[in-house]
Amino acid sequence: MNAAPISQVYAIPEPLPLDSGQVLERAEIAYETYGTLAPDASNAVLVCHALTGDQYLASPHPITGKPGWWERMVGPGKPIDTDRHFVICANVIGSCMGSSGPASLAPDGEPYAMRFPVITIRDMVRGLVALLDGLGIAKLHAVVGGSMGGMQALSLAANWPERAARVLVIASTARHSAQNIAFHEVGRQAIMADPAWAEGNYYASDAKPDNGLAVARMAAHITYLSEAGLTEKFGRRLQDREAKGFGFDAEFQVESYLRYQGSGFTRRFDANSYLYITRAMDYFDIAEEHGGRLANAFAGTQARFCIVSFDTDWLYPTAESRHVVHALNAAGAKVSFVELSAPNGHDSFLLEHDQLDRVVKGFVE
Amino acid sequence: MTLRPDLAAIAAHVAPGSRVLDIGCGDGALMAELESVSGCDARGMELDGALVERCVSRGLSVVQGDANLDLANYPDKAFDYAILSQTLQTATRPDLILDELLRVGRRAFVSFPNFAHWRTRAALMFGGRMPVTRALPVSWYETENIHHVTVEDFRDLARMKGATIERAWFFANEKQIGAPAANWRAEFAVFELSR
Repeated sequence: MNAAPISQVYAIPEPLPLDSGQVLERAEIAYETYGTLAPDASNAVLVCHALTGDQYLASPHPITGKPGWWERMVGPGKPIDTDRHFVICANVIGSCMGSSGPASLAPDGEPYAMRFPVITIRDMVRGLVALLDGLGIAKLHAVVGGSMGGMQALSLAANWPERAARVLVIASTARHSAQNIAFHEVGRQAIMADPAWAEGNYYASDAKPDNGLAVARMAAHITYLSEAGLTEKFGRRLQDREAKGFGFDAEFQVESYLRYQGSGFTRRFDANSYLYITRAMDYFDIAEEHGGRLANAFAGTQARFCIVSFDTDWLYPTAESRHVVHALNAAGAKVSFVELSAPNGHDSFLLEHDQLDRVVKGFVE
Repeated sequence: MTLRPDLAAIAAHVAPGSRVLDIGCGDGALMAELESVSGCDARGMELDGALVERCVSRGLSVVQGDANLDLANYPDKAFDYAILSQTLQTATRPDLILDELLRVGRRAFVSFPNFAHWRTRAALMFGGRMPVTRALPVSWYETENIHHVTVEDFRDLARMKGATIERAWFFANEKQIGAPAANWRAEFAVFELSR
């Protein structure tokens, strides 16, 4: 959090209008690029990141030092081939890796904190479209995203249909369900119940709402995995002990794992950003933006679509992808859809999967 | 790549530049032919995810779906042609699929193995068991063909549905044969319908 961004930063010259009716002045977008833009700017691929993702798609993360989050998918000779394509990944507004968000300084020189306007997925995409304008890219060869990244890809296709020739949406949805909203609310309440949250004004303080943010991450992390995956990975095995301790330490391996995930997350993510981005996802319902009928959102689109789901993903289950596919069929769009088999639930889109690689390569090529 | 004879007959009679939906498109062989040779806008539907993945990997627009359920989402006459090759006999309700085919397509192509071919008749008559033949190579207990159909049955169904048979092609030994006595002589049949 508050890392000196080592990414390039694009300052959006115009005030960014938001769905709430507010505007974001002097918004900034931090981004990474890979490969070379063709002289006619025809080979650009925009990859959109997920809730807690960032622009470090195929390059090491400056805080954790870990490889880029989709390095297995993006690079020279990889399914999204940076020898052929100019790949862009930008931190969404509301986030905390260099783009404008609640941790950024407001015009008065103080962090926005909860004064940052509530944003939507479409607002994030407005920021991305402004970046494309700045980079001189009129039409993307493809826009690609998994999870919340897929929501951005769909939103771009629905609201700026002329800006992408191909739209690849993986493990995502066109609307947040009651269950999706419910899990997010658990996370937000965990953060806001942490005394260190201090109504969001913790940036000058030594105490950050890390405990709340860690719990939010723990709850969310469960939704990214499958029951079978958890059982296989941890079962009921105990952590560093032979017998039950009749106490409340992290006795089970799965508890220890979740605590590790939670605390690791607090080192790289801002709690207020977590509130803003989960809220944006909860507001997401493309049909609602288009007269209540999802097919209307894609009427007349010339783009080709590819929708991919995973059979063990219960966060954004296959039925949600089918819902999108049916709407695209009704709109007469060129659409492919495949449900891939994978053991690891929602997270499968980030993990090794040969079939996914072939689908992505075949579609994006 | 050489197309199966029924697919080749269909490919030869789809007007260039048409919008086509191939239901049960398999590995996309017909779609690829229609796109590359005839400049068609081809879409596919296939139940088997592994086959869908192969189609998408080769750049075809194919949706993993069940013809029994997923055709309902396409608008009326969304396609110039709806194609159902070697799939009718696997449908839960072939009659309802035919309705859907004639709804989403201005014309429909349907191909199927003819259960009244003399080999099939002979195998049942003299063998007394469900036929396992060149055209129907899978035993009764594991075949996907749950609604066997003959050339004459299909003509009846088309009539019942108010469909016009525009053209028909018949095949035996991988070769096209004439229409006379097709219900005896054809291993496979292809019909072009309109309504």
